[in-house]
Amino acid sequence: MSALDAGASSGPVSDAAHPRRAVDRLLAGNAWLVFAFLYAPILVLVVLSFNSNRIVGVWQEPTLRWYRDLLQDQAVLRSLKNSLIVAAVSTTVATVLGTAAALSLERFRYRGQRLFDGLLYLPVIIPDVTMAVMMLLFFVQAFDLILIATGTSPNLGLGTISLSHIAFNISFVAIVVRARLAGLDRSLEEAAADLYASSWQAFRRVTLPLIAPGVLGGALLALTLSLDDVVITSFVSGPGSTTLPVYVFGLVRRGVTPLINAVSVVMLVGSMLLVIASLIVQRQRND
Amino acid sequence: MRINRLAAGLAVLTVGLTACGREVGGDAADDPTSDGTSTATEAAATAECEEGETDGDLVFYNWSDYIDPELITQFEEEHGVSVTSDYYPSNEELLAKVQSGGSGYDVIVPSDYMVNIMREEGILLPLDKDAIPNHVNVADEFADPPFDPGNQFSLPYQWGTTGLGVDTAVVGEDVEASWDLIFDPETASQYSGQIALLDDPRETMAAALYYLGYSPNTTSDEELQEASDLIAEAKQHIAAFDSNLYTDLLLSGEVAISHGFSGNYFAAFAEAENPDQYRYLIPLEGATKWVDTMAVLADAPHPCTGHTFINFLLDAENGAQLTNWNYYGSPNAAAEEHILPEILEDPAIYPPDDADLFFLEDTGDAEILYNDLFTRAKS
Amino acid sequence: MSTLTTPPDAGPEPDSGLLAPETEGLEEKGERRRGRRGFLIGAPSLAYLVLFFAIPLGIVLVYSFATRSRTGLTILGDWNLDSYQRLADSLVLEIFWRSLWLAGLSTIICLLLGYPLAYYLATRPPRLRAVLLVLVMIPFWSNFLVRTYAWRVLLASDGPMSGVLGWIGLGDVRLLFTPFAITLGLVYGFLPFMILPLYASIERLDFSLVEAARDLYGSGWQAFRRVTWPLSRPGVIAGSILVFIPSFGAYVTPEILGGSRTTMIGSYVVRQFLSARDWPFGSALSFAILAVMLGAAVLYFRSGGKNL
Repeated sequence: MSALDAGASSGPVSDAAHPRRAVDRLLAGNAWLVFAFLYAPILVLVVLSFNSNRIVGVWQEPTLRWYRDLLQDQAVLRSLKNSLIVAAVSTTVATVLGTAAALSLERFRYRGQRLFDGLLYLPVIIPDVTMAVMMLLFFVQAFDLILIATGTSPNLGLGTISLSHIAFNISFVAIVVRARLAGLDRSLEEAAADLYASSWQAFRRVTLPLIAPGVLGGALLALTLSLDDVVITSFVSGPGSTTLPVYVFGLVRRGVTPLINAVSVVMLVGSMLLVIASLIVQRQRND
Repeated sequence: MRINRLAAGLAVLTVGLTACGREVGGDAADDPTSDGTSTATEAAATAECEEGETDGDLVFYNWSDYIDPELITQFEEEHGVSVTSDYYPSNEELLAKVQSGGSGYDVIVPSDYMVNIMREEGILLPLDKDAIPNHVNVADEFADPPFDPGNQFSLPYQWGTTGLGVDTAVVGEDVEASWDLIFDPETASQYSGQIALLDDPRETMAAALYYLGYSPNTTSDEELQEASDLIAEAKQHIAAFDSNLYTDLLLSGEVAISHGFSGNYFAAFAEAENPDQYRYLIPLEGATKWVDTMAVLADAPHPCTGHTFINFLLDAENGAQLTNWNYYGSPNAAAEEHILPEILEDPAIYPPDDADLFFLEDTGDAEILYNDLFTRAKS
Repeated sequence: MSTLTTPPDAGPEPDSGLLAPETEGLEEKGERRRGRRGFLIGAPSLAYLVLFFAIPLGIVLVYSFATRSRTGLTILGDWNLDSYQRLADSLVLEIFWRSLWLAGLSTIICLLLGYPLAYYLATRPPRLRAVLLVLVMIPFWSNFLVRTYAWRVLLASDGPMSGVLGWIGLGDVRLLFTPFAITLGLVYGFLPFMILPLYASIERLDFSLVEAARDLYGSGWQAFRRVTWPLSRPGVIAGSILVFIPSFGAYVTPEILGGSRTTMIGSYVVRQFLSARDWPFGSALSFAILAVMLGAAVLYFRSGGKNL
């Protein structure tokens, strides 16, 4: 039961109760509206994945052809796999680094902090294509240096894609976590610092649970950004390391077929199943 | 304050970077001392391959849906190598990706004007014709193109035109193939809001230049300004500038006239419920002709497999299979006897000899003018 | 998910512990030690950003002073400020203002839709909250292009949205390829960027405090304005930054939903790097964007915005 509901039902029935219920209704109405807005194009996307005509927006007849094709399309499956690998790696690393950056900037004062602060915002501001060009130039230069120093050189590929995704994701995670940290009462953390022997324990037992919603939000944002990035990825990818969005972008010249809708539907269903599974696990743990 | 310190920090970093004794950026042509790229070029100049030689698996960077997958399988089986394919959506993205070197691709498919740029930038490998005996199959018309004299760096892959796709249910059966449909105020106003143009500074400015009777490669400020004004005026009737989904726009009925590349229309028309409803027109005032070519990158990891692949695609039967699959014209003279007759006889794919067709060429510094005037016209 | 809510102090006040007056020398030493620890916590992230962002950024900074060769290469060595001078061009300024305007509008709409939603999510039972939050995100794990094309179908002239408008009696209104379509696309694309930080900062509110405020001020609106809103401000600021900046630089949405009829700064920058092959000017444009945005942020925080 939420705090708001608790307040409403436990207190004596006041005059204010009436408008409050109206506000609740408005909030619920808005939520339905926003969810409808978010899922409207998803509905279209799902319907079109069963369209036998490959032209977007021209409905012919229902078919499962694209799902069958998907199972045989090695290029799409490979790029989907690449996408998931990059998303998992970059989200994990960026969430850790971004949370650390947020803590460091929001909880402490030291010299040079403002510089760090400014640097942290730059990856959010910089246009995608500029970041793409500079990362490519950087990696090519760095590989040349490595070649001179060691005689062998790494190649563009999943590694360079992940490194670039982490670079912009750190900032997004840090901004969301800082929104949570700002104004969060510190007396609990300080009490914890006295209570627990190590500061790691204090962090794990008190600070982390306190900022968890911010960390979750940051991680979700990082995951989304990584799964959607086209420009930066296409510049720093190497042969065969194409991710799904880059692969799809390459298709635009001849039109994106419903096959890509089918991939999206598979991903949507997959993530829905994960959510349901985690819900069941949570419930069992609670019981 | 924050900005100042930031700028100072960046300055330090930059100094540190240059202090490493290396120049940033990798443009081989202007900077012969840059060791990474120049060694690649040197190695390239001496690369010699035997006919049919392979030196590893092929990495092919192509436009999407541009090759029959069966041809790839056939090549893999014939030569015992595997082929990795990646796709790019435009020449510009291709250039940006490969110009710094180290991209790892072997064979690319740049268009005419891009070959010229890449050639000058030194990022293409001179082709060893001994390894490509099928180069004799190339039709005379494509054997010595202005963008690559003597086919030193490139051999043609497919060719086509840029014209107009129309919905005859709206514009009528006896529609005249003319840029009037877009730029003549009276004609265009009949189709207001039902016209789509390419979102491409060179192609779309060229359309206006053809209508005005100027060269599509002009560098004259006045002529370009006139073309820009013409597009700005036509904009009131134009629904969208779109380089990607122009066939979908036409077939879904969103527009009745759209500007785009020939082969894409034929592939799309074949998918339509009523293919006869649509037609591809090459405007009489003049239109763009383009050739996509095959080239090997200077730092290709497997140049000899690349040569063998090019030779494979220039084979008469394989060349015909390309055209029969993607509906673009074949520059392969020997392939003609294997091409489906309905494709050979289609004047939209093989236009009559008297059609006014032009290549777009790199215009040097005027490229900036094309871009800015086009952007100005659109907004 | 944490259900811990703590009574908020009088407002976002960083480092209250540090600033507490104590005996001078001891305090200074402790402060320095604390500061060093704080730096060490942030050091790996800082090092990462320096290596994989600041140094690459230095490369394009160098490029912005270089010259475009006739064929579109970047000539390093002939240093000049030409690219920066071109920034004052009326075309650039016009595109800049238009992008600011569209991004601002999208941010306000996102805030109006996102704030009540975040509030609603944060007041659901704890177990439901995380699920609902993930449900907000799931649409965005489909493919971006396919999603945007779906909007094209919805907005098409014989599509469902036009149908609804015609049914209401608004007649034949063109939706696709208009600034409306761009704004809609931007709001859709960046709404989650608003919701996530808002959720993170509203979720920590102590709702008993809101109750108390309601009793104190008598009206729910006053309680919201005096207590809830100020306490959720960090989320509002973070969300607005995360929506405004990417909308400002967006380029796929204006191209696909706007039919490229409305040029935004993102498309203009892309055009410099790709079709014009003018990397120096593209780099200079990017630095202008960085400078304007950072400058705005500095001015905002200077003016005391943070403590408002």
